[in-house]
Amino acid sequence: MNQSDALIWEQHIPGGCHWSGIVRRGTTLRLVDVIGRANAAVLFFNQEEKLERYNMADTLKTQHTFRLTKGHACHSDMGRIFCCITEDTAGWHDTVCGMSDAESIRQKYGTARFEERRNEMFRNGLDGMLIELGKWGLGIRDVVSNINFFSKVTANSSGELAFHPGSSKAGDHVDLSFEMDTLMVLSTAPHPLDSSKTYQPGAVDLAAFVTPPSVIAVCTRIAENARALLNTRNLYACHGGAA
Amino acid sequence: MSKKQFVESRLDPETATVDEVCPAGEPWVRLLTEKQVFRIVDLGGNQAVDTLFYNASHAFERYSATDTIRRQKQLYLTTGSKLYSNFGNVMLSIVADTCGRHDTIGGACAAESNTVRYGLEKFPMHSCRDNFLHALAHEPVCEHLDMSKRDLPSNINFFMNVPVSEAGGLEFADGMSAPFKYVEMRAEMDVIVLISNCPQLNNPCNAYNPTPIRLLIWDDPEDMSFD
Repeated sequence: MNQSDALIWEQHIPGGCHWSGIVRRGTTLRLVDVIGRANAAVLFFNQEEKLERYNMADTLKTQHTFRLTKGHACHSDMGRIFCCITEDTAGWHDTVCGMSDAESIRQKYGTARFEERRNEMFRNGLDGMLIELGKWGLGIRDVVSNINFFSKVTANSSGELAFHPGSSKAGDHVDLSFEMDTLMVLSTAPHPLDSSKTYQPGAVDLAAFVTPPSVIAVCTRIAENARALLNTRNLYACHGGAA
Repeated sequence: MSKKQFVESRLDPETATVDEVCPAGEPWVRLLTEKQVFRIVDLGGNQAVDTLFYNASHAFERYSATDTIRRQKQLYLTTGSKLYSNFGNVMLSIVADTCGRHDTIGGACAAESNTVRYGLEKFPMHSCRDNFLHALAHEPVCEHLDMSKRDLPSNINFFMNVPVSEAGGLEFADGMSAPFKYVEMRAEMDVIVLISNCPQLNNPCNAYNPTPIRLLIWDDPEDMSFD
């Protein structure tokens, strides 16, 4: 796409921070791993009805995949698609490990409070998510299994998990082309299985573009995605008449 | 975590305080108090028992798939597995298992997801989320805890086999279960158990034949030893 023409908006999110906002359908949001080491924990909600939210199980089983990458879509629990992954240079995004919390960060990295470290304080994924959710009237009941963009976690035949450090490199990016008006909530705290000995989460840049024509087609090769997109478009065509 | 998957229970069904059958396709809700032992028996084989757990005092503490997977670095559940809450507390421990593997990521079917997975015309079919919502609407304990769809996170599928490959693929394989295999767990706190005995008629893993399950509860067996 011709990005310089289509750029709508951009935002820098330092490592360890959090962000939330509405992303409109027809918009593509690019997430960039600025220096490597980034982890972008993300949840999606239907902006109009926030009980509709990202569903890990439906996303995985409809596409017979454990990892997310280009060609996959992020499904809601109501048979619809929040966004399609239309570009991805990192290649693998974790879907099952959840977020770090205050206790896990303290155990791994120790304590660094605002009083001593100012904005270099150690933040955690769950609290970042709860702070952002609180801005929209949401809370702990709305925290479900999230995506960890830029983090790779594999499972062997016995189901044992392995975190792969450095899977995403500086400049790697993933494009999310939105099909629903979506509340996106983001934390850039470290992945909970990050093997780094020190607290050094990477920054994420966000950039929004007008979605180029037919870019979604890369995701509709999966028949399930095509049906979910039909459900999504029906929502906006007749507002709730179809699933 | 423990590698000894196949562990039989010493408990005698004759001594159970609860012994009920949940028919195929129906929800089941019960309070388990701390130290009670809970067994689910797969009467017909290869059933998928979609299960959620909640803190019996406040439902916003609930079973968390991500905590359970991450804290044990393990996707599948079997003897020795702990079931963690979203607050990081152990809600239940699996103490016996004659099946050997239970799924944490396949989730529950829903009318809406059935349209995506199998065809738009599947919307009217019976589904697990409909079962969960039916239970939330009718069970006094769910009403007492003010539970709603908001409180339906990723669930466990007991007896379900959803293997993940190292390359990141996922499939719904034929089950590892068989008639009368069971999984047994000890409550580590007071919990509400919410089950949809999966009515999925589209998935070949149970030969398109949903079957009943048997549910047993024992009060704090004094002489239980699991090692």
